[in-house]
Amino acid sequence: MLTQGYWPIIAPRVTGGARDCPKEHDASDVLLFTTLRRGPLVATLEVFMAFSDSFFAAKFGITQHDLESYLSVALSRGGDYADLYFEYLATSSISIDESIVKSATQGVSLGLGVRVISGERTGYAYSDDLSPEKIRHAAQVAAMIAAGPAKVEKTPLHEGPRRNLYPVLTAPSETAFRERVELAQRADVAARAYDPRIFQVQVVYADNLRQILVATSDGMLNWDRQPMTRMSVFVLARDKDGVPQQGHAGGGGRHELDWFRNVRTPEYFAQEACRQAIVQLGAVEAPAGEQVVVLGPGWPGVLLHEAVGHGLEADFNRKGVSAFSGRMGQQVASPLCTVVDDGTIDARRGSLNLDDEGNQSQRNVLIENGILRGYLQDKLSSRITGAQATGSGRRESYEHIPMPRMTNTFMLAGESAPEDVIRSVPRGLYCANFAGGQVDITSGNFVFSASESYLIEDGKLTRPVRNATLIGNGPEAMKYVSMVGNDLKLDEGVGICGKEGQSVPVGVGIPTVRIDRMTVGGTA
Amino acid sequence: MNFDALPEIAQSAIQQAMQRGATDAECTISEGSEFSASVRLGEVETLKEAGSRGAGLRVLIGKRMGSSYTSDLTPEGILQMVKSAVDLAQLTTEDPHAGLPDASELGSIAGDLKLFSDEVAGLEADRKIDAAKRAEAAALSFDPRITNSEGGSFDSNIGGRVFANSRGFAGAYRSTYCSISAVPVAALDGKMERDYWFTIARDFSGLESPELVGRTAAERVIRRLGAVKVETQKVPIIFEPRVARSLLGNLFDAVQGMSIYRQASFLAGKLGEKIGSDKITLIDDGTLPGLFGSQPFDDEGVPSRRTPVIEKGVLKNYLLNTYTARKLGMKTTGNASRGITGNAGIGHGNFILEAGGKTPEQIIAGVKNGFYVTELIGSGVNIVTGDYSRGAVGLWIKDGELAFPVSEVTIAGTLQEMLTGVAEIGNDLEFRGSVSAPTIMIGEMTVAGR
Repeated sequence: MLTQGYWPIIAPRVTGGARDCPKEHDASDVLLFTTLRRGPLVATLEVFMAFSDSFFAAKFGITQHDLESYLSVALSRGGDYADLYFEYLATSSISIDESIVKSATQGVSLGLGVRVISGERTGYAYSDDLSPEKIRHAAQVAAMIAAGPAKVEKTPLHEGPRRNLYPVLTAPSETAFRERVELAQRADVAARAYDPRIFQVQVVYADNLRQILVATSDGMLNWDRQPMTRMSVFVLARDKDGVPQQGHAGGGGRHELDWFRNVRTPEYFAQEACRQAIVQLGAVEAPAGEQVVVLGPGWPGVLLHEAVGHGLEADFNRKGVSAFSGRMGQQVASPLCTVVDDGTIDARRGSLNLDDEGNQSQRNVLIENGILRGYLQDKLSSRITGAQATGSGRRESYEHIPMPRMTNTFMLAGESAPEDVIRSVPRGLYCANFAGGQVDITSGNFVFSASESYLIEDGKLTRPVRNATLIGNGPEAMKYVSMVGNDLKLDEGVGICGKEGQSVPVGVGIPTVRIDRMTVGGTA
Repeated sequence: MNFDALPEIAQSAIQQAMQRGATDAECTISEGSEFSASVRLGEVETLKEAGSRGAGLRVLIGKRMGSSYTSDLTPEGILQMVKSAVDLAQLTTEDPHAGLPDASELGSIAGDLKLFSDEVAGLEADRKIDAAKRAEAAALSFDPRITNSEGGSFDSNIGGRVFANSRGFAGAYRSTYCSISAVPVAALDGKMERDYWFTIARDFSGLESPELVGRTAAERVIRRLGAVKVETQKVPIIFEPRVARSLLGNLFDAVQGMSIYRQASFLAGKLGEKIGSDKITLIDDGTLPGLFGSQPFDDEGVPSRRTPVIEKGVLKNYLLNTYTARKLGMKTTGNASRGITGNAGIGHGNFILEAGGKTPEQIIAGVKNGFYVTELIGSGVNIVTGDYSRGAVGLWIKDGELAFPVSEVTIAGTLQEMLTGVAEIGNDLEFRGSVSAPTIMIGEMTVAGR
């Protein structure tokens, strides 16, 4: 599932606080449920920092010897593999509503997760207390997944390779709070000035700084500092006495705060949100049934995330429960389609120096010229199937077991001019923006919900239409891609991917594409 | 540090905040521990066991607010949290409606809500793993077309919550739940389907048998095999209870005060108006013992209560916290909800659509050509406009009977038309979570397919 994250998740994750109503098992969730900038790798001091100077060593006095001894405890009952994941997370958020700064919140949470793998079994425990006794206890609990004498000899830890895709010297969360409030206020002012029909404006600014440390019984020791920032603007517009319509826009990534001053300003997001809301004021009913659909560039890449991305995660495929299981090497999309998942793009929301299992992220080709080429692996699946790591092991927090997940998923540019793609359609639907999507991994059926789309009549965009869901089947839908634009664009940096109750930030992207047949869930 | 020590920490945080210049303060401390076991194809796949806690503080300095949280409950951690919230309150804007509930509104409902069972903490791991295995095994052995499984699982959770404020409210409660689920996969002609079922209760003895869970999941997945896409058409739609609950979730979003004062709901300004069929009576009730939406007080320290939301099609009440009540010139309905910090949002208690008189079979029997929906995917509901368009899976109804499975279609309409179009409500109300709905039939919606 992919949604745009408008509202910040600010509280530390307390497991099942009494207020938590037990969540329904939503099976669709359970099962799931521009040119790319490749700037020079800027070497900051931190890249070359030794472990003893790293965050957890410096702040909590954790030594390499401590880590080795905790791993020994984790493997003391015969597990095959163990890893430790330390996480420190500082978050801040600001919300403006009715031009009032109604809330400003910040906080910290930290903890450690211990995982032990024994064959295909996983034991997991965590602690929000980093005292040696609590860490040892967590290691002992996780160790119980195996039953027998220790069989892995102690492996000395070695510092893994390091790089920095997000050389953010001062993370936004380390700047003066006042600066961030002022940026958010700029968005509010710009939205209210856009058009007298705009009558409600909400702005949410949120950032976080995550420090992680991973130590594995394979001998890997590595750490990362992961900044993230995001601004979202939500507006309502209406004609006099008319029905309100909403618009939202937002963006961010692993940037310094100056990104909002120099690259994507608060005014940019505010104006985009307002533009969408005003467009919707004139929307007509969406068509119902099979249509020619043209997706605009950027966020409509949510198609790839749902139609193929989740279905290529190795856990589902190893178990044979994905609609893509056993289809490696087969044609699953039109030859015009090459889809990659790339965690190595500078400063993107889905980018990672290091995944949450200590591996460097990579550029992984999922579909090449329509042929299925690769799965996204985590440690467990690659151990069981003997596959190479793809740097795709991610988790929401120290309380969660890693799973194979996407990073930035997009389709490579083709050769068509975008205007030619639209011009080629006598009658159809052009989708410029989506709210989000969801997929049933097993049947392959997926949906994505258009929030800004237009009728195409005689090769021209005409009237805007109301929100409608599009539905298709993963291994089939992309066979109908008949034109791919030369205008690849990545989204602005708002995606949140949910799988089995864990949320992680991701990116998507796509050029303009024409899909000859897709079911549109309108009413007309 | 055990649960009994937490109220004192909350009081200390409030006192320190007041000493540092806050004019009001409220503190929440939450703790939880979880156990989860999953099995797949008869073997244990994952065991997880751990717990954590966190504290959150919200302060007011006059009409400005600041909030903070921490997972560090030591005196140093709490002090840092206090300083942080007080500092942030200097940066926000005065909000004329900000503030805690009036002292006269604070309180907790009397009596045992039966939210907690000692039994859950004492359950042996083997018994829990066994329940997960039995559920999966019952699904796998149900039919030879069930060829695979996403597994069976057992989850249990013990939580505690403490809340106190500077106007004298102090309260605490604990709760438990456990659940069993099964997710079988079936295949026919190379096409796979999956479905799931679960049982959930405050204690182990309240759960349905693992075998019933497994069999129900199996029946559900088998009936999905061979699904086809139908022609685009307008027909009567029946939501089975599982998907009817999601419709209630949409209605909750539309009647909660945040959407109302912002006019971000199609039901804003409609209080007292007939918005739906006479058959609709929708209640929010946070006081029902043992149920999942019950709690003695809300997340601002206001007692839970019963609030009629829709009575015979007439919109009677919005669901409010203190802030939205003040914005709207009304009184809180005790529906404040938040994580552990920040301004309170709004949550529901037990959100219940009252049962009608007919069995689901009688309702289906009255439909000549229609769609019985068993699963919905996607987020295509716009609360502002009421536009509704979601991916759907289910069974086609021909001449009053469930005839064949359908998938890869959407259903669409508007929530306004759906409410007025409610033609039947079933007698099959059951409580499986905090939102409960019986079968709902809607006169007509657009199904988009081929």
